[in-house]
Amino acid sequence: MAFIVRTLWIIPALPALAAGISATLRQRQRLLSAGLAIGSMGISLALALCAFAQSLVDPNRQVVNFRWMQFGSDWISLGWALDPLTALMLVMIAFVGLLIFIYSTGYMAHDANFTRFFCFLSLFAAAMFGVVIANSLLLLFMCWELVGLTSYLLIGFWYHRPAAAAAAKKAFITTRIGDLGLLLGMVWLYSQTGTLLFYDHGAGCLEHGALTSLLGAASVAGIPIFTAIALLIFCGAVGKSGQLPLHVWLPDAMEGPTPVSALIHAATMVAAGVYLVARVYPLMGLSHDGIATALKVVAWTGAITAVFAACIAVAQNDIKRILAYSTISQLGYMMLGLGVGGVSVGIFHLITHAFFKALLFLGAGSVIHGCTEEQDIRYLGGLRRFMPVTFATYTIGTLALCGFPLLSGFWSKDAILHAAHNWSVSQAPFYLGAIGALLTAFYMTRQVCYVFFGERREPQTAESPRAPEEFCFVPDPHESPARMTTPLAILAILAVVLGFIDTPAWPWFTSFLERPEPALATASPVAASLNPALDFGRFAEAGLLPLMLMSSLIVLAGIGLGWWLYGRKPTTRATDPDPLERVAPPIFHALQKRLYVDELYESTIIRAAHWAAHVSAWLDRWVWNGAVSTVRLLVTGLGRIDASIDTHAVNGGFDEACHEVSQGGRLLSRFQNGKVQNYLRVIAAALVALAALLLWRSAA
Amino acid sequence: MSAVASGAFPWLSLITALPLAGALAVLLLSRWHPSRARDLAVTVAAAALVLAAIIWHRFDSNSLGMQFQELHGWAPSLGVSYRLGIDGLGILMLMLTAIVVLMSFAASWANSKQGPVYFALVLLLEAGLFGTFTALNFVHWFLFWELSLIPAFFLVRLWGGKKSAQASTQFFLYTMVGSVALLLAFLAIFLAVGSFDFIALTSFAQAGQLSATLARHFGPGGAKLLFWAAFFGFAVKTPVVPFHTWLPATYAEAPSETTMLLTGAMSKMGIYGLLRILLPIFPEQMHRALTLLLWLAIASIVLPAFAAWAQTDLKRTFAYSSINHLGYCVLGVCAVSKLTGADTNLATEKAAALTGVLLQAFSHALTAAALFWFLALLERRSGGIRGLNDFGGLRKAVPVFTGLMGIAIFCSLGLPGLSGFPGEFLILKGVFPLAPWAGSLSLLGLLVTAVFLLNAIQRVFWGPLNGRWAAMPDLTTAELLMLAPALALMLILGLYPQLIAGPVHATVMQWAGQVRF
Repeated sequence: MAFIVRTLWIIPALPALAAGISATLRQRQRLLSAGLAIGSMGISLALALCAFAQSLVDPNRQVVNFRWMQFGSDWISLGWALDPLTALMLVMIAFVGLLIFIYSTGYMAHDANFTRFFCFLSLFAAAMFGVVIANSLLLLFMCWELVGLTSYLLIGFWYHRPAAAAAAKKAFITTRIGDLGLLLGMVWLYSQTGTLLFYDHGAGCLEHGALTSLLGAASVAGIPIFTAIALLIFCGAVGKSGQLPLHVWLPDAMEGPTPVSALIHAATMVAAGVYLVARVYPLMGLSHDGIATALKVVAWTGAITAVFAACIAVAQNDIKRILAYSTISQLGYMMLGLGVGGVSVGIFHLITHAFFKALLFLGAGSVIHGCTEEQDIRYLGGLRRFMPVTFATYTIGTLALCGFPLLSGFWSKDAILHAAHNWSVSQAPFYLGAIGALLTAFYMTRQVCYVFFGERREPQTAESPRAPEEFCFVPDPHESPARMTTPLAILAILAVVLGFIDTPAWPWFTSFLERPEPALATASPVAASLNPALDFGRFAEAGLLPLMLMSSLIVLAGIGLGWWLYGRKPTTRATDPDPLERVAPPIFHALQKRLYVDELYESTIIRAAHWAAHVSAWLDRWVWNGAVSTVRLLVTGLGRIDASIDTHAVNGGFDEACHEVSQGGRLLSRFQNGKVQNYLRVIAAALVALAALLLWRSAA
Repeated sequence: MSAVASGAFPWLSLITALPLAGALAVLLLSRWHPSRARDLAVTVAAAALVLAAIIWHRFDSNSLGMQFQELHGWAPSLGVSYRLGIDGLGILMLMLTAIVVLMSFAASWANSKQGPVYFALVLLLEAGLFGTFTALNFVHWFLFWELSLIPAFFLVRLWGGKKSAQASTQFFLYTMVGSVALLLAFLAIFLAVGSFDFIALTSFAQAGQLSATLARHFGPGGAKLLFWAAFFGFAVKTPVVPFHTWLPATYAEAPSETTMLLTGAMSKMGIYGLLRILLPIFPEQMHRALTLLLWLAIASIVLPAFAAWAQTDLKRTFAYSSINHLGYCVLGVCAVSKLTGADTNLATEKAAALTGVLLQAFSHALTAAALFWFLALLERRSGGIRGLNDFGGLRKAVPVFTGLMGIAIFCSLGLPGLSGFPGEFLILKGVFPLAPWAGSLSLLGLLVTAVFLLNAIQRVFWGPLNGRWAAMPDLTTAELLMLAPALALMLILGLYPQLIAGPVHATVMQWAGQVRF
């Protein structure tokens, strides 16, 4: 086994160590904290590249499993694995992560809790690496939850803002709803297959034996068990990747610092749900005949989310919230790609999206940083002159996201649309995807026009800047320092060229990821399929060129429409109504209110939960405690009645004769005096009497 | 009479006698050196922990059955003997008691209100717990079971809050009623079978003879009644909803250092009883009542979690949270009583659930004690104020305190990597195949727990700093050093739960195989 496979655990261990040391540092040890984080991330990147090289040389999956804990005579094993999917994710996370760490040293330079920020970021990186190297659903879940914890901590990084505190809680709880589905699916899978290791030399839960036994298992309420398990696992992915109906936390998560939004809520963590579906793809694809139900659900969820979120993005005014809805929408595309195409279709978009969306968020951060924390696009404007580097890179990112021909987003989104077009179940996801592409181009153009074109509009006065204590006040917009613009430039280059690794002419990425399993296809030599020849003839495949042409036209139409509404005659005053608002006010307002999903949840689920809490407390106070109090009252009441019979009725005539009865009554009346020693005495006496009675009866 | 393992060192008698002698010594010493009482008490508690560690070290994790046994005659004609012994369950309970008592002493380090009598009572309570967890004869066991109640009562009554008189009386009487039910049940069993010995009763029950004998003596309804009487005794102690109403008031009114003992160690007496007595001796009755028992367990998980959310007193919030966590233990124990015949797969699931119960019990002891420790520190800083809405933004004033209490809260929430997760996972893993609906419903508790714990973090530590607490002092170095081992243990057990799962595995195997009949 290769050295790098045995030492793969070091990749998450290094940032974890950095986080541990960082946690004990003092606030003024900024340099050390940032140095530890960046240094550990740098070494992790080097190791990730080694792992990537290893999987290029030998694309066969290699696993290291170990025993973790026992229950009775059985053991739970955990482990890690290296295969092309893991290697790709490792490199992406380490690379984007390193750039964002460097960027953060500039963005967070004035923050009082600088060391804590890098501590949390390192912990996040460690957990995220753990998610992608895990060879056990249990280990994946554990890291998955830790990723959720760091997301919570970083969304609430500016904890003194009530909005940030609320958003962090909302994010954790909403994703936990999905995670409980995942937990249940995991437990069910465990009981069905007897293992949670993905690959274990033929005995893993994603390998032939386990899958066959799952196919043979009975159905529950008409749903095959394998479908039920797959859908429960998908619940976790829905929560983490902000798919409908659990998407509500992601826009609020923008309360966190912008580098966090870029790293966690755009490039890596939110993509973990997509990764999860790709990882358990053999399970997702299980079916007795035809296309698996689970994959249909994945595809539909993705397609609907893609359009739904894109619609809302059209009417948002916060620069980061637009990007957040865009992320939700793009994650929907990835799910759609997984559902209709396969692992490589979804993951390719995951990788390209990670780069251009990180670029967009970092660009947005640069804008926010340069304009005294202003995030409302209506109050920005004309920034292309003040921030040329940010403008150029942001535009490239926008074009890549829109799917402008030949940029990276073009190739990855086209692969998804192509697969959706060929889907045998329904054509609707394809049309939804096409509409989504139009909307994407439109809302991104709208945003760029608002922020970078026209004249600079008057700043907001009514609201104070968001976090005055952490940031020095900057009166005029200015370009960000080099350690912030350099990462932008690097990401911009990748946003342009990265798409060329998987074009129809040279589908290297697909062949790298979707190598046939050696056990199933021993005939095809691995090396041959790894390096596909450059063949432009593949463009001539039926329907491919018209499709590419059509999607290019859609993108251009979206951009043109956006320019016509917003760029032609830029809005001059921030308080002017949005051009779209003038066209269709009711629709615009509904979209601006995020289609009232939060309000719907607030008035149904959350209200029901509050109601349940109060009912539980009420039950406690009145019913359970009431029953106890009733018994107590009955006992003391009996004593009281007995005592009063004593004093009034009995004492009247038969003093002498009833002396003993009166003693008894007084004894009982002592039940109410509250002295524990008396209670004890009575109970002890009763016990002795009872024991004597029982012994006597059994003897007789 | 002679000892079974003649010549063996009486470790278990020693560990019970040590805090008892310590309590007397503290009282005697306080006549001349009242200021040294604390030092002596802590030394005794530390020595008990060392003893527990020695026993842990000498414990053979691969051997089935009881170890460190001691047997002497007491009143043979009444079936009463002095019989001690521990298995995986017993060693775990000894260890957690020793740890929790030491944690409680550490928490009261700077509390000047607590004098020699307080320390003597805590040591007396520790002796009662050690006795309960080692005795294998009912009469002997019951003696310690009741003995532990008396110091607990006085700790709540004399050092508690304004309503402590009412709370302590309710606590005492309610637990007493449960104990009486238990005592009557065992007297009846003794009349029918002629033995008080747990081991003998267990083998009698496993052979399927106990319920037949009971039915012969008391009729079929009588055997059922005896089971419910015994269950009631443990249900009050653990507690199980709806027999829990004494708990929130008691935990809230007791001084937090005492609540640490109540929730950390004393609540485990109920779990111990379920595992040592109810499950082995009444498997058939448990199986027949399975659906009802599972519903009670689910109620103990879900209702307190919701009720905790509705509380505005932090101590009451964490008190309800404690019921919720022990509800998972009850769920695990009840699900295991399911009749599964010779299905070996389900025996594996039972082993998982039982291991989970033990891990959860240990983790809960650690976490709940730590949480009330933090509340004790908070109360001392705020002058007794502890309302959910009385603070706000404390993280700014006391960052280290916030961070460390955050670890304990997330451990309580079941975050992987901390000790709360492995237990909850294994319980769920075991319960789901045995009772799918109960396993699924229990997840609701996990969700609501997250809701009210994060709600507490948001209200107390996040948001704008409440100016009233701007000058609140952060943790001192001494407090930090005392808390650190407890928090480190949470992390270690979260990453390497084998530390507990290993020593108990033989016991778990034995139970999982036994409950089949």
